[in-house]
Amino acid sequence: MQEHHVIRPYLRLSGLEPLTVRPGANFINIGERTNVTGSKKFARLIKENNYEEALSVALQQVENGAQVLDVNMDDALLEGEKAMTTFLNLVQSEPNIAKIPIMIDSSKFSIIEAGLKCVQGKCIVNSISLKEGEEKFIEQAQICQRFGAAVIVMAFDEQGQADTQERKVAICQRAYTLLTEQVGFLPQDIIFDPNIFAIATGMTEHNNYGVDFIEATRTIKKLMPLAKVSGGVSNLSFSFRGNDHVREALNSVFLYYAIAAGMDMGIVNAGQLVVYDEIEPELKQLCEDVVLNRHNENNEATEKLIAFAETVKAKGKTIVKDESWRKTSVEERLKHALVNGITTYIDEDTEEARLQYAKPLEVIEGPLMDGMNVVGDLFGAGKMFLPQVVKSARVMKKSVAILIPYIEEDKKNSATTSDRAKVLLATVKGDVHDIGKNIVGVVLGCNGYEVKDLGVMVPADKILATAKEENVDIIGLSGLITPSLDEMVHVAHEMQRRKMQQPLLIGGATTSRLHTAVKIAEKYDNGVIHVLDASRSVTVVNTLLSKNKKTFLQQTADEYKKLRHQFANKKAKVLIPYAEAIVLKERFNWKNYQPVKPAIDEVSVFQQFDLAEIAKYIDWGPFFIAWEMPGHYPQVLTDKIFGTEAKRLLNDAQQLVEKIIAENWFTAKAVIGCWPANSNDADTVTLQTKNGTVALEFLRQQLKKAVGQPSFSLADFIQPQGAKTDYMGAFAVSIHGAKKWIEKFAAENDEYNKILVQILADRFVEALAECMHHKVRTEYWGYDKNENLTNEELIRESYKGIRPAPGYPACPDHTEKKKLFSLLDVTKNIGITLTESLAMDPPASVCGWYIAHSQSHYFGLGKINNDQLEDYAKRKKMNIDEMKRWLGTVLQ
Amino acid sequence: MNRIQDCLDERIVIMDGAMGTMIQRQQLDEADFRGARFKDWPTDLKGNNDLLNITQPQIITDIHQQYLNAGADIIETNTFSSTAIAMADYEMQSLAYELNVAGANCAKAAVAQYKKQHPERKYGPWIAGAIGPLNKTLSLSPDVNNPGFRAVSFDEVVAAYAEQVKGLVEGGVDILLIETIFDTLNAKAAIYAIKKYWSENHSGKTILPIMISGTITDASGRTLSGQTLEAFYTSVMHARPLSVGLNCALGAKEMRPHIEELSQLANCYVSAYPNAGLPNAMGEYDEQPEDMAGHLKAWATEGFVNIVGGCCGTTPEHIKEIVAQVQTLTPRKLPETVNELL
Repeated sequence: MQEHHVIRPYLRLSGLEPLTVRPGANFINIGERTNVTGSKKFARLIKENNYEEALSVALQQVENGAQVLDVNMDDALLEGEKAMTTFLNLVQSEPNIAKIPIMIDSSKFSIIEAGLKCVQGKCIVNSISLKEGEEKFIEQAQICQRFGAAVIVMAFDEQGQADTQERKVAICQRAYTLLTEQVGFLPQDIIFDPNIFAIATGMTEHNNYGVDFIEATRTIKKLMPLAKVSGGVSNLSFSFRGNDHVREALNSVFLYYAIAAGMDMGIVNAGQLVVYDEIEPELKQLCEDVVLNRHNENNEATEKLIAFAETVKAKGKTIVKDESWRKTSVEERLKHALVNGITTYIDEDTEEARLQYAKPLEVIEGPLMDGMNVVGDLFGAGKMFLPQVVKSARVMKKSVAILIPYIEEDKKNSATTSDRAKVLLATVKGDVHDIGKNIVGVVLGCNGYEVKDLGVMVPADKILATAKEENVDIIGLSGLITPSLDEMVHVAHEMQRRKMQQPLLIGGATTSRLHTAVKIAEKYDNGVIHVLDASRSVTVVNTLLSKNKKTFLQQTADEYKKLRHQFANKKAKVLIPYAEAIVLKERFNWKNYQPVKPAIDEVSVFQQFDLAEIAKYIDWGPFFIAWEMPGHYPQVLTDKIFGTEAKRLLNDAQQLVEKIIAENWFTAKAVIGCWPANSNDADTVTLQTKNGTVALEFLRQQLKKAVGQPSFSLADFIQPQGAKTDYMGAFAVSIHGAKKWIEKFAAENDEYNKILVQILADRFVEALAECMHHKVRTEYWGYDKNENLTNEELIRESYKGIRPAPGYPACPDHTEKKKLFSLLDVTKNIGITLTESLAMDPPASVCGWYIAHSQSHYFGLGKINNDQLEDYAKRKKMNIDEMKRWLGTVLQ
Repeated sequence: MNRIQDCLDERIVIMDGAMGTMIQRQQLDEADFRGARFKDWPTDLKGNNDLLNITQPQIITDIHQQYLNAGADIIETNTFSSTAIAMADYEMQSLAYELNVAGANCAKAAVAQYKKQHPERKYGPWIAGAIGPLNKTLSLSPDVNNPGFRAVSFDEVVAAYAEQVKGLVEGGVDILLIETIFDTLNAKAAIYAIKKYWSENHSGKTILPIMISGTITDASGRTLSGQTLEAFYTSVMHARPLSVGLNCALGAKEMRPHIEELSQLANCYVSAYPNAGLPNAMGEYDEQPEDMAGHLKAWATEGFVNIVGGCCGTTPEHIKEIVAQVQTLTPRKLPETVNELL
């Protein structure tokens, strides 16, 4: 069934992989090092025609966390068009670079065009502006549009670059109107660059440039919410060039406020950004005053910052940075190194800590983990960016590498050897996004965990089979696209079915705590935890492997329960009134419908159905699923790894089937019946039996659907009374005799054959139901005498008519089973009994209704409302509270 | 009004099946391909299927006719390779424009005849001008030792497609179909050419809808040029197409997860015309009409598709079966496009 879905106006870019800018997404880092005007190294490589090395600069950017690659070839000594073409063609041959979108950066439009002709993905053009007037602007925008590129529009017009807030906003608005109204540009494909100018230059008229940008950004995002804001950040601190310490602090403070005002992306050297929270208080205060232009009417703040910068400079070239952190305790130093991504002293600090602690492992579990927790918190609060986290991870890895030999040594000497804990990671089936997952892998790996990464598009079966095989401790799933959510639910469900024990971690951009709580956690009992981001994964994994696991899982479970509760109260599905749903019933063309009178008269019983006949209908697919064999039948038989085992299993099973048939281990019993039937307008189907009429009650979908979509009920598939007499059937089938054999094998400790018999009994009863339905269609009822389907088509349910079972999605009320049992006198005829909860015994039993109409189909009821519940209880003459209990899962 | 959009809102629209398979059935020889006009042409011409638009138009028209009788709503012109770049293999660069006009004429003749016989028909049929992927590609180097090399330039590809588009539009097609896209940059050049054509020839003409159909080549779920499906979709959205979809390379069974994903992504109609299964050991497509139609029916039931048909190995029998199984099912509803981020 089709769910109604909505497409939102996100900025969507692509390289080999997509990049969608959703609200609430982290700041997007645009790699700036592949720019000949900004990077001397890159410029030199291009001029020397050393494109191979130049490519490695690009790759480094991607590895450092750049999500878009800015490429600029504006150099008077270069033939820009040619250099751009050569470089971008080469980039296309490097999937690790080409996976991210390209920003084609030039002040010469012909170079931009040359670049656009090389890239298959959706690029960003950087930039166009009103500098040369509207005509030129529109012409260039139209060309960008023909290539399907997004554009950066500089706040630049015929008068020059905008410096005040008012001019920035005015120019952006003018450009926006031209683009959206005259060119037909999509607003989400417009990115403004409202000009970041240098501040603290000593000229008071420059002092407000930071505020102008930040406030312009705020207004632009308010007036044009679909457009994005970007900027070249390094410009801001230009006056402090040569003093990286102050520059980084100034840039970082500025970015902190600009992002809060709505800046979406920026051209940055993110690897060199200091963490906002880690800037020493004095410097931070000075930077804030300068950026926000406070206490600065006569350059007071500026002068203070310059004075501070002098002191930093005065320390000499080798120690430009504040090294006071070196004087703190070793724990503090490790933390500082981790948070700031400094590897300079990690060897000596690790060694010092190792000597100080009783066991090397305690260094990891103690100070290193504490440091990573701080990283996680800062990242979570948006005060650290991904590239910085990757840098922290590198420090961690280095430190762990030093400790590993000692830990190994320790293990040899200690009696209790504990292997490194294993974490399995996979991007779920149907999804190819793996950046986040790879980062989790890096972070966990450098925390001493053994990471088993299965890659992308991994089917549930492979994840769980590997988890079992490798005996992993934790399973982590990742995904980015929406359908991945359902796949995760599926994996959780499978984990429950396979009785797995490992906690399940859920991560990735579309996942959320709420979705995890509401949809996934309920499917699996042994722990489901939503992990917000990579750095947090360490904390979570660590806790799950500690003695606190139980408490933590319980806390999480409680928290999710609360979330579910809140969700249930808040987010009720839109249901239509029951009366309205009845009006929207599915209407077949009954006029041309000729019901077929069943060949059998009322009830027929089969006490000993031919087992050999049934065996032909066995579907071996679920057999392998039951055995937890990975892969599908029959492909599993030729699987490289499992094929031999699968063939052996099938062989054993088929031999046993022969034995079961030859020695009559099982008794296959069936009872079927057909009766004249008609529906009414109130979801009741009335059967005419020899003992009078029997009213079957059905439920109807109430979920609000798209216009023109019917609200289904099984009752609609039976002809309404008045015209012709229609018919409906019922069946119950069962396999008896398996229990004896199961007990026999159990007594002999032959688990293999015990399970084999159990599973085969299930296969036989399903086959019997299939076989019986086939015979009903072609013979006993005979409504489709000419049916000629292969076994495979039977499994795919290609036949006409359906056999829905009470308690299953189309008719989830189990209590109707009682009527079925009474109509067919099931217990007396073939010995199936119903338990208190209306489960059938023997377990290898199936029952259901037969509906013949060729357009009848299966569906899920979904949620229903109280109005239907009341009506239904009344129809069934049942107490409303009891009815509620039986229909609990479908009630809104 | 006979607008395809109206029909698409009402029901699933059916495309035709393979042209190549049907031409093969004719067992034409070199002389048949040459006809009288190219009797003395210097290169071999057997296998130049598009040339039959000129030399054997009755055969092509007859194949179109068979698909129309099978129930196809959209027939594709026999112009998959009718570009100066692809025709270079036969030294027939100069015939590109003519081949497209002739291809459109064959389809028009079939439609005219069909309409005469079926005046009651509510919608269609429509003619889609087929624009193939070219035999040279813009994102990949043919020389492994020189990854920066390209056998053709963007401007050359745009020029070739522009000529094809002109031929198809002036020949009278109803839709422009960019299909079997292996390399998204080639497709972007085709989109560029189409946009350019309309900006230069807009007076008095109705702008024709564009259909876009990519090809996922294998189990990796990517195009030959390495893009994921979502990246591909993102890269061609600017065409503002009537539909986006997939064809070729895969059978319906293998195509299913990709079509499912696309049905979630696309803010336009979704099309799919898979091959008749995967090639067997003999390299033949042998999936039977009922099997293929069964798969498509399942998709349609799930609400994945608006337009279905067949690619390699499919025949009028396949289309007939697809019509029987699919046409009455509810088409995929267009997702709601909203103007708010949250």
